[in-house]
Amino acid sequence: MTPVATTFHPPRPAPRRSTNEPPAVRRLLIGTALLFLVLFLVLPLVFVFAQAFAKGIGFYFQTLRDPLAWSAIRLTLIAAAIAVPLNCVFGVAAAWAIAKFDFRGKNILLTLIDLPFSVSPVIAGLIYVLVFGAQGWLGLYLTADNPKFPWLANWLNAENFKIIFAVPGIVLATIFVTFPFVARELIPLMQAQGRSEEEAARVLGASGWQTFWRVTVPNIKWGLLYGVILCNARAMGEFGAVSVVSGHIRGQTDTIPLHIEALYDDYNFTGAFAVASLLALLALVTLGLKTWVEHQNAAQNKIET
Amino acid sequence: MATFLSRPKKIRVLPGFRLSLGFTLFYLGLIVLIPLAAVFWKTSTLTWAQFWHTITMPTAMASYRLTFGASFLAALVNAFFGLIVAWVLVRYEFFGKKIVDSLVDLPFALPTAVAGITLAALYSQNGWIGQLLVPLGIKAANSQTGVFIALTFIGLPFIVRTVQPILEDLDPELEEAAASLGANRWQVFSRVIFPMLTPALLTGFALAFARALGEYGSVIFIAGNIPMKTQITPVVIMQELDMFDYSKATAIAVVMLVVSFVLLLTINVLQWWTNRYNTTNLA
Repeated sequence: MTPVATTFHPPRPAPRRSTNEPPAVRRLLIGTALLFLVLFLVLPLVFVFAQAFAKGIGFYFQTLRDPLAWSAIRLTLIAAAIAVPLNCVFGVAAAWAIAKFDFRGKNILLTLIDLPFSVSPVIAGLIYVLVFGAQGWLGLYLTADNPKFPWLANWLNAENFKIIFAVPGIVLATIFVTFPFVARELIPLMQAQGRSEEEAARVLGASGWQTFWRVTVPNIKWGLLYGVILCNARAMGEFGAVSVVSGHIRGQTDTIPLHIEALYDDYNFTGAFAVASLLALLALVTLGLKTWVEHQNAAQNKIET
Repeated sequence: MATFLSRPKKIRVLPGFRLSLGFTLFYLGLIVLIPLAAVFWKTSTLTWAQFWHTITMPTAMASYRLTFGASFLAALVNAFFGLIVAWVLVRYEFFGKKIVDSLVDLPFALPTAVAGITLAALYSQNGWIGQLLVPLGIKAANSQTGVFIALTFIGLPFIVRTVQPILEDLDPELEEAAASLGANRWQVFSRVIFPMLTPALLTGFALAFARALGEYGSVIFIAGNIPMKTQITPVVIMQELDMFDYSKATAIAVVMLVVSFVLLLTINVLQWWTNRYNTTNLA
């Protein structure tokens, strides 16, 4: 009988026990994480839809068909339709300048682009009131005794030109709060991609725009889409900044979030949640699209490497 | 400005530098910088004594205490649970993990007004959660606790999303080395893994804290509007605006802006520190 000690054991993969937690700890951690997320994320989400349909599907659609709800939906779509493309163009321009060229002051520029994220929404609204409000720069100009360019002041007064407590103010506040989204996605992406592909295209005779459309855009499309999705979600959901500049004229300057507040303040809770369910749905679609884009992006990177 | 952003002399192959940088600066100035300058212009119309009197008035002081206190506590709670969530998402497999992972971003995607009315109704005395808290003697709606709950909700993704990538990139060899040298699992975590996660954890904490300081929509519904008690600083600014007292509103806004800028700087330094750890691991 061969002594066991002398037999040769082929090296087995070492048990992963040394770098893993005991099953009880594992279950405890998973349980804690899930409990926390259910309490703070799942429950609120379920609650929105449960409340929205609390008075039945008839009441739900009646609330959404209300002319005030319609005008709020229209205004939100207008604000997003202006803010998102503008910030998109800005994001591409900023990323092109920052990623493809060297210049001094680049880090300061990067910090300034991020600035709107660190400003409270209420302050974001306030700054436009200070520029365009009755007591602000524009207001002082319009009521001055002898303004510079009197023809301009007269024309603006005659047209009853208004930015604050009107649609332009809402659009401006929306642009401000969504300002960095696209730039922030594109800058690191384009920096990582470098300049060699565009330079090669140029050397081979492509024009500037050809290079941009045929080389750069295909490279950044998923990042761009990602930024647009996030930008749009914020543009449609912004509350604080828009609340400051809107003036809350029902049917005229209420966006969807402001309409929700108005319904809630009228103790029409079911109505408020019915309208809120639209935005909750938008949030879910945003998360779904975001995950899908991340997936596509990862797939594209895998093919390239 | 011209010399400050002047380009070093070098032959460029790519076109569009002047166009893209020019548009970037123009748009940045028009949308962000000039309007922000208006805040400081408006404040300059106040004397120093008036300014000081406004920013230290009792309702403002009470609001700073609440805003900073609740934001700090919320960020702390998120740091703890966020670390666990990030850990579980990176290290373990369980049913529905992908859905849970995308759901973490819900507070980013859900408009603040929707979060606001939902939390207010959930935690009201006869809401799903509120009625369970009443027997425990906890009043969540219209109280400072409510402010804390709302700020915890909106800060949740920050820690998870800053810690998660660092945890994914962590080299398993470090843990194996520690284990082979006789460290038990807790020692490996507290002496090897945790120190490497610290910069990311601090960054996430600072991001959640900064976001909470300025938050408005998700807080106002659950907090109620009790002066000196449940008014956060943005609500105080809003109140002054509603009374058309723009100088007072602006003075308090300046305090918040200065704090935000200091935090932004801190976050930039922390992120640089985080990335240093990250790239050393990749190399």
